Amino acid sequence: MSEAVTQTLNIIKSNKLIAKYDKDARDIFGFWVYLMTDCVLFASLFAVFAVLRHNTYGGPGASLLFSMPYALVETIILLTSSFTCGLAVLSAQLKHNKRVLFWFIVTFALGASFLGLELNEFHNFIAMGDSWRRSGFLSSYFVLVATHGLHITLGLLWIAVMSVFVLKRGISDLVMKRIRMLSMFWHFLDVVWIFIFTIVYLFGAIRV
Amino acid sequence: MGLISIFANFWLGKLNLQALPPNAIQWFGAILMLSVPIGLALLLTVKKKWKWLYKEWLTTQDPKKIGVMYILVALAMLLRGGADVMFMKTQQSISVGHNMGILSASHFQQIVSAHGTIMIFFVAMGLMFGLINLIVPLQIGARDVAFPFLNATSFWLFFAGMILVNASLVLGDFAATGWLAYPPLSELRYSPTVGVDYWIWSLEIAGAGSLLAAINFLVTIFKMRVKGMNFMKMPMFVWSVLGSLMLVAFAFPILTVTLGLLALDRDLGTHFFTAGGGGNMMMYVNLIWAWGHPEVYILVLPGFGVFSEVVSTFARKRLFGYTSMVWAIGAIVLLSFLVWLHHFFTMGAGSDVNAFFGIMTMIIAIPTGVKIFNWLFTMYRGKIRLESPILWFIGFVVIFTIGGMAGVLLAVPPIDFQLHNSLFLVAHFHMMIVGGVLFADFAAITYWFPKIFGFKLNEKLGRFTFWCWLIGFLTSFIPLYILGFMGATRRLNHYSASLGWQQLFIVSAIGAAIIGLGVGAQILQFVVSIIQRKNNLDTTGDPWDGRSLEWSTPSPVPFYTFARLPHVTERDAFWVAKRQKVEDKRPYEDIAIPKNSPLSMVIALGAFLLGFGIVWHIWWLAVSGLLTIIATIIIRSMDEETEYVLKASDVERLDKQYRMQTKTRETKLAVEV
Repeated sequence: MSEAVTQTLNIIKSNKLIAKYDKDARDIFGFWVYLMTDCVLFASLFAVFAVLRHNTYGGPGASLLFSMPYALVETIILLTSSFTCGLAVLSAQLKHNKRVLFWFIVTFALGASFLGLELNEFHNFIAMGDSWRRSGFLSSYFVLVATHGLHITLGLLWIAVMSVFVLKRGISDLVMKRIRMLSMFWHFLDVVWIFIFTIVYLFGAIRV
Repeated sequence: MGLISIFANFWLGKLNLQALPPNAIQWFGAILMLSVPIGLALLLTVKKKWKWLYKEWLTTQDPKKIGVMYILVALAMLLRGGADVMFMKTQQSISVGHNMGILSASHFQQIVSAHGTIMIFFVAMGLMFGLINLIVPLQIGARDVAFPFLNATSFWLFFAGMILVNASLVLGDFAATGWLAYPPLSELRYSPTVGVDYWIWSLEIAGAGSLLAAINFLVTIFKMRVKGMNFMKMPMFVWSVLGSLMLVAFAFPILTVTLGLLALDRDLGTHFFTAGGGGNMMMYVNLIWAWGHPEVYILVLPGFGVFSEVVSTFARKRLFGYTSMVWAIGAIVLLSFLVWLHHFFTMGAGSDVNAFFGIMTMIIAIPTGVKIFNWLFTMYRGKIRLESPILWFIGFVVIFTIGGMAGVLLAVPPIDFQLHNSLFLVAHFHMMIVGGVLFADFAAITYWFPKIFGFKLNEKLGRFTFWCWLIGFLTSFIPLYILGFMGATRRLNHYSASLGWQQLFIVSAIGAAIIGLGVGAQILQFVVSIIQRKNNLDTTGDPWDGRSLEWSTPSPVPFYTFARLPHVTERDAFWVAKRQKVEDKRPYEDIAIPKNSPLSMVIALGAFLLGFGIVWHIWWLAVSGLLTIIATIIIRSMDEETEYVLKASDVERLDKQYRMQTKTRETKLAVEV
């Protein structure tokens, strides 16, 4: 018992491990800082939306356009995908490669269907003649939601790439660190969506 | 015929022969512009240096080299921005009454916009990031930055943005909208050419580079300080950089959004800032200044940091009021986000709003004043060596104080209503940026040059340069204050003779010519110093009797930076270590060093193609640019062996070699003397 402890302590004491730990902590911290800058980016878009949301220029307003059940379904799908993404991280910690892959596939499928629903909504609006060209309000709606959608698309690409990594290389420390970052990214997008759901759809449903 | 035009449309977008320069003056600019890269390419081919360039510089991940590249690009752009000044000043001195001068109105406006854009984004930002790359890791006792590959990518994105801005000289035109391109003028309806698109995409790309660099150095400063250096023991330059980069991290995403929305307005027909369609053009002005005001402090804070280092070194005293300096930086960081509206008091936000922002603006003068007094108190009773770095500081105090008082004046809304958009304002912000940023950067280049290259710059020419700049600058800009009071507006390309402004404009142009002389002297200074470098070798690694850790390394700094990580217990760590004279007997250890990689350049190439493609509506090019970026990032992510290890024994050998060289140089010098 005590031998095992000293051995572990020796490993921890060896500079290499500390250096490695430092480097991983640094990378994760860097990713946090990046996420915060992304947060400012979304904050700016929310501000733009808040300024323009009544500028309908004779076109439809939010309460006329948005369907609450539809947005709710999108929200539930995205929240579930965050949960499955969390399960993927847990499985990765236990080095269950196959389970990680399974949860990645589920997360990808959920993310993709969220994206599909969003694009379908866009398509319907455009087909009715209510594209981003219609009014300042619609411009700000499309760009805010599409920026989130673009992030989701990048997230999907990232999930795909990480799946290949897990398949080809297993869960090395490097892969594990990246899976953590991916899951931070995915959760972050979830938080942003909650704000979109509240500010764009819920506030929009209130007739003022 | 129809088929051909569809074909051309697909492959070339809006690009056609009309994109070439329309008249002799613009051809001159284009040829001058093209001659630089062609000349360089020829020189490299003749000297057979391509391989050397690729291996030593283009693919490097070493922040010391990346810093040098930033500064080289920025100095080249300083010449470009300076050439713009010569055109503007000539035009303004002769374009009176019937004489329309040498430039068309639209070309003059393009030059004004290019001057502002280039000087802020590609000179001031470039010099700042160059210095950060060179000095921050050294001062915090780190061998590298947190993310070396990202660091190289940031530089190359900056480079791609720079190329895009200059491409507008050859193909198409540049924005004629002023350096911040207010709508509705910058909307497609009123600026139908590609000028504004060039402006947008060069700034988007360079701005992305700045944002990534900020993240990188924030992590570096937070996580990579050497053991013992807690926050309150960091050199003041590092503190000021920390403040500045926090501002970059918070402000640059706003710029990204603002430019992106303007691009969408122009390319996809959205209505964010349009006059009709439910757009709100004042929102643009708010957004751009929510980035733009912090940007001013992003530039000037590192300048303050440089002066803190220079003053304490050349006064041979520790910095007066360290803690108050730190709090002043903190206050400036916070307040700089609360003053943006003072850029448009005349918008009509109402007296309460204007009063709030006016008061906040005056308050921000307090921490700035604290800093000025701290520097002066540092000099007080110091043993001052009046060498050129501290001369730049003295010049800065004079200019910055005059400009700062003009700024406090402008912070009063009723006065601003009189002086808004006038040359008074132009004089004010040039005094802040040139005095606070450029002078600091020149001081920094003189101060840290021996650390990077191993020899000092020629002092006589350095002094001459300084006096040219100081005298030329005051001669050039004091008349602008007067002209501003007389009602002369900014971006003025023609005026009536009866106004009686011409003499003052001519005086201002003479001032600019004196600055030009200073720039010439600066170039001469570099040439002479390189030729006579043997007379100015820095054999000790500590030519100015410095205080912070960078001076503990040999000059030029070896590629592994620190053979053994320095030991820090107090502020001014190296100053303390010199007094204690303890011999370092710790063992050497292995050092991991990032391998070179060309992929940073490839990512920036993709960004350039993306930007160029969108500017000219060449969509296949834009898409391939985007795919290049994504593919390169994925390829890079597959590489797990991004570092190599320099063995402890090799470090020891190299370090001893370095120290031997230092000694032999010293004895050589002694013999020569």
